Amino acid sequence: MEADPSVFVMGQGVDDPWAMFGTTSGLSGRFGPDRVFDTPLSEAALAGVATGAAICGLKPVYMHNRPDFLLLAMDQIANHAAKWTQMYGGRAGKVPLVVWACTGRGWGAAAQHSQALHGLFLHVPGLKVVLPSSPGDAKGLMLAALADPGPVMVFDHRDNFRLTGPVPEGPYFTPIGRGIIRRAGRHVTLAAVSSAVVMALGAAETLKEKGIEAEVVDLRSAKPLDAALVAESVRRTGRLVVMDTGYPAGGLAAELVARVAEAAFGAFLAPPLRIGIPDLSVPASPTLEAAYFPSKGGVVRAIMGLFG
Amino acid sequence: MSLNTRKSLGLFRAMLRIRRVSEAIEAEYPENSMPTPVHLSTGQEAVSAGVCAALSPSDMVFATHRCHGPYLAKGGDLNAMMAELFGKSGGSSGGFGGSMHLVDRGAGFMGGSAIVGGNLGIATGAALASRMKGDGRVTAVFFGDGAADQGVLYESVNFAVLKKLPIIYVLENNGFSVCSKVSARQAAPSVFLKGVDKRLLKASSIDGNDAVAVLALAERAVKRARAGQGPSFMECVTYRIAGHAGPADWDVEGYRDQKELVRWKRRCPVQRLKRRLVKQGVDSDVFSRMENETAAEIGAAFDFARKSPLPDSSDLFQAT
Repeated sequence: MEADPSVFVMGQGVDDPWAMFGTTSGLSGRFGPDRVFDTPLSEAALAGVATGAAICGLKPVYMHNRPDFLLLAMDQIANHAAKWTQMYGGRAGKVPLVVWACTGRGWGAAAQHSQALHGLFLHVPGLKVVLPSSPGDAKGLMLAALADPGPVMVFDHRDNFRLTGPVPEGPYFTPIGRGIIRRAGRHVTLAAVSSAVVMALGAAETLKEKGIEAEVVDLRSAKPLDAALVAESVRRTGRLVVMDTGYPAGGLAAELVARVAEAAFGAFLAPPLRIGIPDLSVPASPTLEAAYFPSKGGVVRAIMGLFG
Repeated sequence: MSLNTRKSLGLFRAMLRIRRVSEAIEAEYPENSMPTPVHLSTGQEAVSAGVCAALSPSDMVFATHRCHGPYLAKGGDLNAMMAELFGKSGGSSGGFGGSMHLVDRGAGFMGGSAIVGGNLGIATGAALASRMKGDGRVTAVFFGDGAADQGVLYESVNFAVLKKLPIIYVLENNGFSVCSKVSARQAAPSVFLKGVDKRLLKASSIDGNDAVAVLALAERAVKRARAGQGPSFMECVTYRIAGHAGPADWDVEGYRDQKELVRWKRRCPVQRLKRRLVKQGVDSDVFSRMENETAAEIGAAFDFARKSPLPDSSDLFQAT
């Protein structure tokens, strides 16, 4: 915001003491109410407002406490922001819009406060979808999203808010659409996003004790998707496990498995495996939550299953 | 010639142009040379002409699928419009948009959306950008009674009032959403304005077939917007002479009373203003000159559209 006066931040409560779980802390005091402002609970219109402002040369960041609320804004995101550039043949301008939402889980947040909806947006031409897994990428991907000429959806995960890690000073950009190998290994490829990367790295440690060296690929972007990097890894390891924070059906994991199979089918020594959340609404009670979300033990057992 | 007569003649020219373009499209359409659904503004010309006459070239207009009228009235390039309808690369959207997604940013026509309430929020955002940048531009957004069924209207107006945005919401109430009458969709006339607090939102309902009245109201709304007094809401009561889409004689039967149609045809906004101008002493030569100029311009635009090449398949990725 210091570097670019056209950037502004809007969203329900971005200037309140909660400050989007601390994400926007101090922004309103520093940049004032014209550039950091609270919004009515009008997601449909306000997503349009952000789109319209972007068309007119500003760079809005429209923030949502939960991705569940994005469904109210789906018309503006999928029918308008995503389409605007292409449906006018590029003559109506670009839409440099960032939509941010915080995926949560746990503590009984239940069916409408814990959804992982990034898979829905993969299906819409014209959008980019990024999911940081580290403090450094949270900054680098946000700055890349702001620099992007088109609409970018950023899904942060609340579990990641507890992470610590290096965050370089000054501006830098994590490239959208390029994954990174977080840990090298030769027996199985664990391709993951967001907080699932943390779980994949933990699982890789446990697998090492069992003599299995897992390669962990952090996709960083779900769209564009760096399937080439994963296919290259699978050519070395022969096994693919996609670990997603979302639903496997028709989502990121389904897409990645399909793309890698298209590119490197002959490399598979075992069937690919998708690990995500079940095709059920998120339950509230702690025992049900524990059964719902993947556990490290369960993930390790599932991966071990690929080795007969 | 008085200032009022000159202004009225300008309105008449804008309306005549929209009407004659619609007629030319209707005549050509059965030839299948325009492979896109067309939603004509026949009968509603006074709304586009009146509102756009109150705006400066740098002001912005957003519209719906029924966007030919606002596009032309705002000064959109007729050649580019016709080429777009023909699906040609010289079209306003390079052949990507079709008739529902005309755009001419140079003229301040920002685009038509086929989602009827879709541009309400976007136009509100354009007005927010104007306020944040202090560029002094006013935005007008055209939408129909169908969009007034949608919640995004109330959300957008609330935000515009909250932030005192320089925007004019122009409701073209033409009585129908495809074939569904307003009475089947809304509990009372102007139900969206019931209980509106006049201290917050300047809202008026007027005869949308009276271009002079539309212009006068729009001028007041533009003045309010430029003075930082916030949004205005104009309901322009009009009627869709053409059907929902395509030439008038392709309109389906059985959803409206033909007597009603005849009654509204008698209230034609173009003829009505012409009669007034004749009374004000405008010579018949003026009208015939205008007719000739319009016909020549339209003929040239159709030629341009026919001669423009179709997009190449390699153009598919040009706007990604």
